[in-house]
Amino acid sequence: MATFTVNGQDVTVDMTDDTPLLWALRDGLNMTGTKFGCGVAQCGACTVMVDGSPRRSCVTPLGSVDGAEIETIEAVEGPEAQAVQEAWVDIAVPQCGWCQSGQIMSATALLRLNPTPTDEDIDRAMAGNLCRCATYVRIRRAIHAAAKSLEG
Amino acid sequence: MPPPSRLRGRGMRVSVSIAVACLWAGSVSAEDLQPVGSFDRIPDETERSVALFEEMLKVIEHPRCLNCHPVGDKPTQGDDMRPHMPPVVRGDAGFGAEGMMCSTCHGTENVAFVTGDGSIPGHEPWHLAPKSMGWVGLSGADICTQLKDLERNGGRDLAAIHEHMAEDGLVGWGWHPGPGREPAPGSQEAFGQIVQAWIDTGAACPAD
Repeated sequence: MATFTVNGQDVTVDMTDDTPLLWALRDGLNMTGTKFGCGVAQCGACTVMVDGSPRRSCVTPLGSVDGAEIETIEAVEGPEAQAVQEAWVDIAVPQCGWCQSGQIMSATALLRLNPTPTDEDIDRAMAGNLCRCATYVRIRRAIHAAAKSLEG
Repeated sequence: MPPPSRLRGRGMRVSVSIAVACLWAGSVSAEDLQPVGSFDRIPDETERSVALFEEMLKVIEHPRCLNCHPVGDKPTQGDDMRPHMPPVVRGDAGFGAEGMMCSTCHGTENVAFVTGDGSIPGHEPWHLAPKSMGWVGLSGADICTQLKDLERNGGRDLAAIHEHMAEDGLVGWGWHPGPGREPAPGSQEAFGQIVQAWIDTGAACPAD
């Protein structure tokens, strides 16, 4: 059992401590925006924020997030998250869309840390988020567009 | 969510490889370090010191250590020291890139995969050794010189080097790496005794 916040709401999940956070979100809390891709931290589809930092929820034991603040794609907030989501829509980034919640979480994390990323910064930050539709060029464009919009 | 059969197959191959290596090694297990007292048979102190350092190399040059002591900006992983996937970089402080830090995947402890065999390693903290402490591809003599070089070893004197190797938690993870990875030889306690004996005999380095 673990108690933590998800998008600002207090929640208690009655699952074993070794249950992955991803399972708790999707099966315990019915928040299915965060996706299962590989289960071994190789694809990034399950990325959420834990205490403000991106984290692969498929390899995050529930017991390790007791008391933590979790943000998910359902309600990630702030100027960077908003800019990323607007850029994603403007540029029509997703194709099949399966990986996109993880892509958006990682892109948001990058812009929170680095509001003016270079191509290299983007490639490094997004290296762990795979896209089987190969939308990488649009993802990079959208992150640059989001960064531009944040300049004011 | 069925467990991915690809991972199960890879785990079996690793297990078979380790088993074959142990058989090939005969009565001396690849996991063993020689007891520190066994070096007393070497009468010359400098020669004994060199022999002790070469015993230290069994640990230093083990994949558990080398994977995170690269000479470049990218770690390796696994017993075969393959390129780390995802393709991460050390970043400014050795903790990864902005938005893709080591802690994005590596938690405070090893976590077994629930979808198949194996685990993702973890420890708090989890990071690369500084580039000045890179070991991959260096000779034993070069590693020894580097270890003692205050300019490259983080300003550690010999006592601090011993403390790092005998007490540091992330170093100690090398003997408790979780499912799917071979532990470093011996134990951290036995390794610490060998390091201390090396220091006590003059911390001599092997010749090139």
